[in-house]
Amino acid sequence: MSKSSKKPKFCRGMVCRVTCVTGDGDHVCRLLDLGLTPGTEFSVVKVAPLGDPVEIDVRGARLCLRRRETQGLDFEQVERSG
Amino acid sequence: MAKTKPAPTSTACVALVGNPNSGKTTLFNALTGMSQKVGNYPGVTVEKVTGTYSHQGLRYEVVDVPGLYSMRPVSLDEELAARAMAGTEGRPPDVIVFVLDASNLERNLFLFSQTLAAGLPTVVALTMTDMLARERSGIDVAALEARLGVPVVNVVAHRKQGLSELQDAVARAIVERTVPDIDLGFPTVVREAVFRLHDALARAGIDANRSEVRETLLNPESAWNRKLEGNPDIVRAFQEERQLVLGESIQGRTVDAQTRYAWAAKVRRAVLQSSDSRVRAVSDAIDRVLTHRFFGLVIFFGLMYLVFQSIYTFASPIMGWIENGIQSVQSAVSPALAGAPLLQSLVVDGVLAGIGAVVVFLPQIAILFCFIGILEGTGYLARAAFLMDRILGWCGLNGRAFIPLLSSFACAVPGIMAARVMPDSRSRMATALVAPFMSCSARLPVYVLLIGAFVEPQFGPAVAGAVLFVMHFVGLAVAVPMVWILNRSVFKTKRLPFVLELPRYQWPRWRDVALTVTTRVKVFLQTAGTIIFVMSIVIWALLSFPKSEAMDSQYQAAYQSQPDSFKEARTEENYVQAQRVRDSYLGQFGRAIEPAFVPAGFDWRITTAVLAAFPAREVVVSALGIIFSLGGDADEESSDLRSALAQAKWPDGRPLLTLASAASLMVFFALCAQCLATLATIKRETGSWKWAAFSFVSMTTLAYIAAVIVYQVGIRLV
Ligand SMILES: Nc1nc2c(ncn2[C@@H]2O[C@H](COP(=O)(O)OP(=O)(O)O)[C@@H](O)[C@H]2O)c(=O)[nH]1
Repeated sequence: MSKSSKKPKFCRGMVCRVTCVTGDGDHVCRLLDLGLTPGTEFSVVKVAPLGDPVEIDVRGARLCLRRRETQGLDFEQVERSG
Repeated sequence: MAKTKPAPTSTACVALVGNPNSGKTTLFNALTGMSQKVGNYPGVTVEKVTGTYSHQGLRYEVVDVPGLYSMRPVSLDEELAARAMAGTEGRPPDVIVFVLDASNLERNLFLFSQTLAAGLPTVVALTMTDMLARERSGIDVAALEARLGVPVVNVVAHRKQGLSELQDAVARAIVERTVPDIDLGFPTVVREAVFRLHDALARAGIDANRSEVRETLLNPESAWNRKLEGNPDIVRAFQEERQLVLGESIQGRTVDAQTRYAWAAKVRRAVLQSSDSRVRAVSDAIDRVLTHRFFGLVIFFGLMYLVFQSIYTFASPIMGWIENGIQSVQSAVSPALAGAPLLQSLVVDGVLAGIGAVVVFLPQIAILFCFIGILEGTGYLARAAFLMDRILGWCGLNGRAFIPLLSSFACAVPGIMAARVMPDSRSRMATALVAPFMSCSARLPVYVLLIGAFVEPQFGPAVAGAVLFVMHFVGLAVAVPMVWILNRSVFKTKRLPFVLELPRYQWPRWRDVALTVTTRVKVFLQTAGTIIFVMSIVIWALLSFPKSEAMDSQYQAAYQSQPDSFKEARTEENYVQAQRVRDSYLGQFGRAIEPAFVPAGFDWRITTAVLAAFPAREVVVSALGIIFSLGGDADEESSDLRSALAQAKWPDGRPLLTLASAASLMVFFALCAQCLATLATIKRETGSWKWAAFSFVSMTTLAYIAAVIVYQVGIRLV
């Protein structure tokens, strides 16, 4: 899958599913280590006042990531709640 | 297996392993109490913390391995952790205590599944169960034990619950040496391939366990692959199996992570009782205010203002007491040694001044770490990073750098020490190198003196105030591009996603806060303090020698032959003192390098004052006082010193300090690393002189270039 595939913009309450984790190197490795494996759903808990980073809930754990550091992570929006 | 080693000492080694924020440090503190030793892995900003405890007559050494997300070493901290577990640093641990955060089961179990590969006896310490209990949830410990195949002990470390049970389990694990082996549910193709490769390796006489083989198969970059390089048949066998198992498209790592997480999810479903999300909701509600677009930022800046004021303003009376205390000791001791002037000078100006130079930092360090302890204990520190990350992130720092950098505006020493709040060593390094550029309070007297002497008389107080304000941002303006460059050149290390966790809010535990403060104060005194003390004495010696009666009487004669107007302006004692500095080794050095500083508009007197201020920046004002024959008591408000500076001349009669050279001197001071305490702290926090030297050289070069530019542009404009 190409990197240019459109990613939805993060906003609070959004639920997404990881479709594909591409590229290699440690960057992607770390995303996998954190549980963002293909097929995993995550929800956006909050977005920082200045727009970055974003807190997500994945596999019952919360963590914050920077938007631009989710490169290599392809995901689609599943539903929007709230 | 013949894994048991004969015990030469009766000390068993226990490694604490776990995710960041899993409660590892809290457990470590509870187990080892005050027996901790804080060292540093050489060359990196990673501390090596060890401690001991005794249990049933046996001594245990506990190593607090840096928190990590994966056993696959991606970051430096993880590499060190993996190394500590593999035992390349001394012997491998006898037992691993895996700290498992019950509120983050899946991610913690993922790491657990990887630590098994080390083949060491393991005990799980289950933390945060009190938090789950508050959320009316819980873990079925017996079921977890059955799934993991290792003893699981419920601990609430700060309440000392479960500690002796944990110690019992550790003792038993060491005796029994049972190494857990669980079925993670890897796909059949993977298992079959591992089986075949294991056989092939055995035939080639290479001893590897199955998880090592699997890791090698699924992760082509793993350490084992490098070990096998000398064995082309085996390498080919691995490549073939990799083709077979993974095909072209899927990555080994993805399969690996997916399998482990699938296993973790299964375990979680089996052991976790459903929770009541209302408690988490309280924490989320607090967050809605504290990370709010408007209120969140207002509260944040309010808090930061409080922190800054505390170290800037509240610490100063205490620092004043310390200075007065040292002074009264000095004046008490001084007469007693009057018979031996050299010893008197060594004790008073060398030793006591050196002690003063160290102790004076303690109030700021203690206050700052008290705040950090509280902010960290409540969970707010992570929110502060969350709020500020955008501002600091673009140039390669991250949100956690805010507090260290802010503190550095009061003093770089506690600021650099506070870089410790950052979880990865790379950003700690960047922050520690940028912190000295912030305009610390010791630079203020220099600004006040020079602005008072050269700006205010000409332009009035309003402009003077504005200049003072601007001077505080000169360092920042240079530091930001500098990090940007550092990140692209010096730290060529790989960039990892910045991961931040926002823990649930809690009340801070005062014991932990107190421990944070005392550890930091101790570390400072033992390491940076020693260096500062020794260097203070070295600088004293350079300023005091050579010394002889003959030279002193020469100075006195020279004074007597001066016209009366000269004598009215300065006392004989001050004149002699100034001449001594001029002829001291430091003064000689200052005169020798004068030509280098002429383009910046400094003569040897200013150069020497700058050199003499190396142990502590604020000394420059009194050094100028001595050199201009006004005695060492002159302060930045002194009108005598101001006019002496304004009237000073080059040998050819040109005024020494003009607006241009005053500006150049201020810019030099804003940027240079004329601060021994800072360099000693960098050495201590990064574990090597290399970075201290780097900091000194780069800052001094930058300061010099900037000063020359300011002066050269200045004399052409004015
Ligand atoms: N409620 C609760 N909090 C804990 C427990 N253990 C640690 N904490 C808190 O969790 C936070 C992170 O703990 P720390 O020991 O610093 O984690 P580390 O990063 O793994 O060293 C701190 O605020 C601790 O006070 C526990 O068993 N229960």
